[in-house]
Formats: sequence, structure tokens, C-alpha cells
Amino acid sequence: MGLLEIAMDLLAELREKFPRVVLEVLEKDALTIVCRREGSLELISYLKEKGFKHLIDLCGVDYQGYKSEKKPERFEVVYHLYNLDEKKLIRVKVPIPENDAWQYSVTGLWKTANWFERECYDMFGIVFKGHPDLRRLLMPEDWEGHPLRKDYPLFLTEENEWKGYKEFLASVRGAK
Amino acid sequence: MGIEGTVEVGKDIRQIPGTPVFITPLDKLFNWARSGSLWPLTFGLACCAIEMMATGASHFDLDRFGIIFRASPRQADAIIIAGTVTKKMAPMVRRVYDQMPEPKYVIAMGSCACSGGIFRTYSVVQGADEFLPVDVYIPGCPPRPEALIYGLVQLQEKIKKESGRWGFWR
Amino acid sequence: MSLYVEVIKNGNGKGEPEHFTINMGPHHPSTHGVLRLVLELDGETIVKCDPRIGYLHRGVEKLAEHLNYNQTIVLSDRLDYIASAANNIAFCLAFEKLLGITPPRRARLIRTIVNEMARISSHLLWLATHALDIGAMTVFLYCFRDREWLLSIFEKVCGARLTHSYVRVGGVRLDFTQEVIDELRRFTEEFPQRILDYETLIDVNRIWLKRTRDVAVVDAETAINLGLTGPVLRGSGVPYDVRKFRPYDAYDEVEFEVPVGERGDTYDRYKVRMKELRQSNWIIKQCLDKLKEVEGEPVLAEEAPDLLLPSRVREPEPKPHPKKGFIFTGKELPVVPPGEAFASIESPKGELAVYVVSDGGPNPWRLRIRTPSFVHISAIPELAKGHMIADLVAIIGTLDVVLGDCDR
Repeated sequence: MGLLEIAMDLLAELREKFPRVVLEVLEKDALTIVCRREGSLELISYLKEKGFKHLIDLCGVDYQGYKSEKKPERFEVVYHLYNLDEKKLIRVKVPIPENDAWQYSVTGLWKTANWFERECYDMFGIVFKGHPDLRRLLMPEDWEGHPLRKDYPLFLTEENEWKGYKEFLASVRGAK
Repeated sequence: MGIEGTVEVGKDIRQIPGTPVFITPLDKLFNWARSGSLWPLTFGLACCAIEMMATGASHFDLDRFGIIFRASPRQADAIIIAGTVTKKMAPMVRRVYDQMPEPKYVIAMGSCACSGGIFRTYSVVQGADEFLPVDVYIPGCPPRPEALIYGLVQLQEKIKKESGRWGFWR
Repeated sequence: MSLYVEVIKNGNGKGEPEHFTINMGPHHPSTHGVLRLVLELDGETIVKCDPRIGYLHRGVEKLAEHLNYNQTIVLSDRLDYIASAANNIAFCLAFEKLLGITPPRRARLIRTIVNEMARISSHLLWLATHALDIGAMTVFLYCFRDREWLLSIFEKVCGARLTHSYVRVGGVRLDFTQEVIDELRRFTEEFPQRILDYETLIDVNRIWLKRTRDVAVVDAETAINLGLTGPVLRGSGVPYDVRKFRPYDAYDEVEFEVPVGERGDTYDRYKVRMKELRQSNWIIKQCLDKLKEVEGEPVLAEEAPDLLLPSRVREPEPKPHPKKGFIFTGKELPVVPPGEAFASIESPKGELAVYVVSDGGPNPWRLRIRTPSFVHISAIPELAKGHMIADLVAIIGTLDVVLGDCDR
């Protein structure tokens, strides 16, 4: 019931304001909007003005090898927004191509997006344009590779070990 | 006067009768002092730290064993590595261990410190013994406070059997 | 001697003293975990603060892509290791949305009880460490005494004190016995008196008031912009509680109030959490009464999956493995449909949200965990501007961060 009403109102408004941006609107466990990268920043600012002031989550997903559906691009950045007054949850998904992996940053709208985007860059390698301070967050600064990508191994063997750890072990075992 | 007139009151401990004078090997004396007041460093990293705090609190008391947690490595005898050691954190652990004065002992508490635990991933060191000499391993996820106390008592037993481990004169 | 005085006076070349950069390292005598803060100080006042995390990053999200759905529940315990039951519930809610299973009513009531027990035990540990950092050591020992009682009840329920893995997809693992219910009733009767004990120690204590009044004041707009949730947001006046806004489990059947603060400083957040302790106690009492109505019902849904493998019809007589014996029972196992699901709960620290994407296989394709501690640590630079280092310790305490939650 509730989702259908939301779909009717918001869908009409968004379709009319951003005709080329919105690719599709789905109704899963929450209203999901898949939109193009180009107008995504305007779409999200418009949603924030409409009352979706609480950014619950911002994350990346890697669809390389995804079997059950044909995804247009390899990566996707997913935003979960919540309206505290009307109690509605909305999900915005933005597909990002593999060889051109960047997205507009929403740090101007929410200060909390700063660290979410840093973590997304650290784990997937998606650069956020307009971010004030994009550097690695969870991994050490000179780590190579982006761990949550599907082609990154779960466990590192001795050859592709991080060189900082290899040097540390050599210094410890040499001193012994 | 040698040991002919003395009385044996415990294993290797002799007393000159009638006086409060005891004759004992220095090793036994030092080991008794070291094991009776073992001051570990607070090095809680993850979930096992909560069990370590619970062991030190009022229900399972550690003060009755002479164990007082110290915050500075320069004043500590032992280091209890409680929790997962990651590759980013490993140099810090080693640096803190190097700052401790000898004699020093290492206890690896919990499965993650013993062998990496359930986290066989790109960023977890598979056991603290990759870069530290560990004396006692306490498995468990997390080990119960009774298990930690048993491990500490085992360390005390190990210390009591030492001889010449820290150099010839100590 | 005069050479050194010249250097200090010149400072950064403009006649102002240079800011002093200090490192509050990953190992410090505070019990919040391995957090590293690089502070820029002007005397004793903090000008800039840069938190560096990642010292406990265990790769849980990547590891979950290689494990079954039921195995990831074991991983979820170790995230916010102080209130593990809450993490289990978040994961199970997301997986149940994906599968379309509803747990039976008895299971939902038990889950609510366990969630509130986890909340009480987490707030007790918060009070213990916060007070210890500020200087009150008696509170630490008192809180741990009550926490031991709760942990022993948890042990009677599921066998583990800290990392339970009790809540499963489709319900809970085992039912409550009569002994557990009696013990919980005794706890709910005695606990309000204990809360009064803690409050007499610090509520109107001059030192406590001086150290927590007007420290890290956040107004409502900034708090929502910074992404703060849970008691931190409610201390600033915003009544956002996931249990009321998007009720899950049995929260729509019980009555409780959501305490809200006024000024948004550390003292208000402390009062909010103390009131939440009383509300949790009341919720447990109500759920225990309602449990009598559903006596004897199952605690695990019929379609609750055991192993969650993709469905294939098994041969009627599976061949025994030479070393292990029979593994599969020969019945058709349910399939996880491809799709995605988002579920969020009110964990004791804030809003814990799980976003899971599945592609029909036995493992999750992507498991994203949005933890409250991650967001709260990112808000420390904003909150700590203009305060002194001693206040920084109080700020970290009031935000109630756990590094296992932040780094995953």
C-alpha cells in the first residue's frame, strides 16, 4: 500500500523533473531508483530538499560475474536515504563503468558522506570528484589494490603480500 | 658453615635453625618474585579485551594473584595480546613489546592471537607468533575468564621452572 | 638558551605560535580499542583532529562472500562484540526479507527480549568505561557486577557469554527454559534499584557535571547532517528510534517511551542512556508476560533453512561419506532468490543497517554493514574543535564507539 503511493507521487515528480536521468523505478523491499551518473547529483539534492535528510548508507557493489541479471556496468554506487518526517525509505543506484570509475561526491550535502566515499574508494577504486580529501581509510596508505573487488584474492600468499608487512617480518626475523 | 647444620623446609630451601635466615638458590628467589607479582600490559585489541576486563573486575578478581594491569610498557612484565592482530597493527605491537624491559613474557589470548582465528583474510596476521615469541597460548573465542586465569597460572608455573633464561646472571 | 627562546617566539614565521602535532596512538590506556587520533594543538586546545582507523580491519565483508548465510551470523557476533545479539538480529532480518520468511510469534518475543538484554549490557559497559575514563572507578566495578549477572543469564540461554550466535534465520536457536524465565524476572525486579545506585554516585556529582556539561554540544540539524543516530542523536532532541519508525520483531506489541534530551551535550546523552536502561527493563517485563500466551509454540519457522544451499533434488539414498557420515538428509533445500534486501535495527550504539545482494547462490554476493561507530568516529573532528584533550576523552566516551564495529 504505502510503497505504491510513494511510487505514484515521487515517480511522477522525478520523471518530469529529470527526464533523461532516471533509468528505471523498481519496487522491491524499498522504492529503488536507478539513475544515470550525469544527473545523479541533482537528483539526490532534489530528494534532500524534499525531506530525505538522513543519509543512512553509501556503498559500492561489484557485479563482475553476476549471473542472474544482466547489469549494464561493472560497479554500482548505492545510496539509502530516509525521510524522518514522512518515514519513507528510498534507494538510489548509480551504475559506474569499469574503465571510467568515478562518481560525483555528495559531501557538499552531507558531511557524513566524507568517510563513506573514502571507504568506497579504498575498497573498490571508485574516485569521487569533488571530495575534499580522498585517501585510503581502512587499509594502510601504501596498500596496492582494492580489496572488495571480485578479482582480489581473499587470502594473500607470500608473493602478493603487502610489502610493508614483508619488510616488517624481515626486520623482526633478522633481529632475532 | 655449609649446609650440614641447616634444616630443609621446602624443596631446595634450607633454614638455619633458630634464626630467620633461609638459604636458597637465587633462581628460585627471583622466579618466586617474578611469578608472584606479574604486571601485564593492557593490550586489548578486540572482543577478548572485554573478557580480560571482566576477569580483572570484581567477579573474577585478578588482584588476588598479584596481577595489576599497567598502562605503560616500561612498567609491565607481561603482555596479553587479546584480540585480532592485523597487518596494519603488527608493527605497533612489536614496538610496544620492544619497549618492555626484560624479563618479559607474552600470552596470546583467544583464537585470533593464537592462529588468526576465523579470519583467514588479506589483512589479518595468522597468529601473534609470526613476529613475537609467545609463552602461553589460550584458545577460545573468547576464552572464559576461568580459562584466562588458568592460562595465567600456567605462565606462573612456567616462570617458576626458569633458570638462566634472561642472561647468565639473572 | 636564548637561541631556543627565539625559535619558540618565531613560530610559523607570522609571529603566531606553531601548532603542535601529537599522536594519540593506537595503543592507549582507554578501553575503546585501537583508534589513532592525530591532533593539532594550540596549547591544550584542539584545532584539528584526524582519526585514523583500520587497525582492526578484518575483512568481514569480503569473508562473508565466501561463507554460507548461516555462517555469516557467526561473523556478525564479532562486529559490535559488546551487544552481539543485536548484530545477529540485523543480519537475520535482512536474510529473512530476502527469503520471505516470517519467524513465529514466540521467536519474535524472544528476539525482543534478547535485543533489550544486549542493550542493557552494552549501556552498562558504556557507563563503566565512560566513568572510568573520566575518573570514577567505583562505577566501573558496580556496572561489571551487574553485567556478570546478565552474561550468566545469556550463558543459560545459549551457552556463550559474549559471542552468542543465538538468533538464526527464521527464529532463534533454542527455546527459553523455565529457569531462564524465572532468573530474568528476578533481574527485572532488582535492576531498577541498581540503576538508582549508579545515579546516586554520579548524577549530581560536581566533578561529573563540570566534565560533561556543555561538552560537545550538537544541535539537531548538524547531528542529522553528520549521520549520528541512536542515543547521540536523541540527546540533541530528535526522537528518531528505529524501533518506533520501522518496527521489527515484537516492538509494535510493547509500549515504551523514547527518551530525548534538550541541549545536546554530554550530560544529556548520559541521561538519555540511563532512561533507556529503565525502558529496556520495562520492555523485558512486558515480553515475559506475553511469553505465557504463546507457551509451547515453535521458535524456528517451518521454512527456516538449515544450510541454505541451492535446491537440487537429492537421490533417495545418499552415499555415506567415507569419513564423515551422512551430511544431507535427502530433502529439498530452499533456494535464496536473487535480489537485494535492506534491514536496519536500533542497536545500542545507533542504527545498524545491513544491505545484502544475492545472486541465487549459496553465499551472499555483497554484504554491506553500515555500523554506527564508523559514522560516530567520523564526527569526532567536528565535535572536538575548540575543546581540550581531556574533553576529547569524554567525547570518545559519550559517542560510545567500538572499534570492531567501525573497522569491521
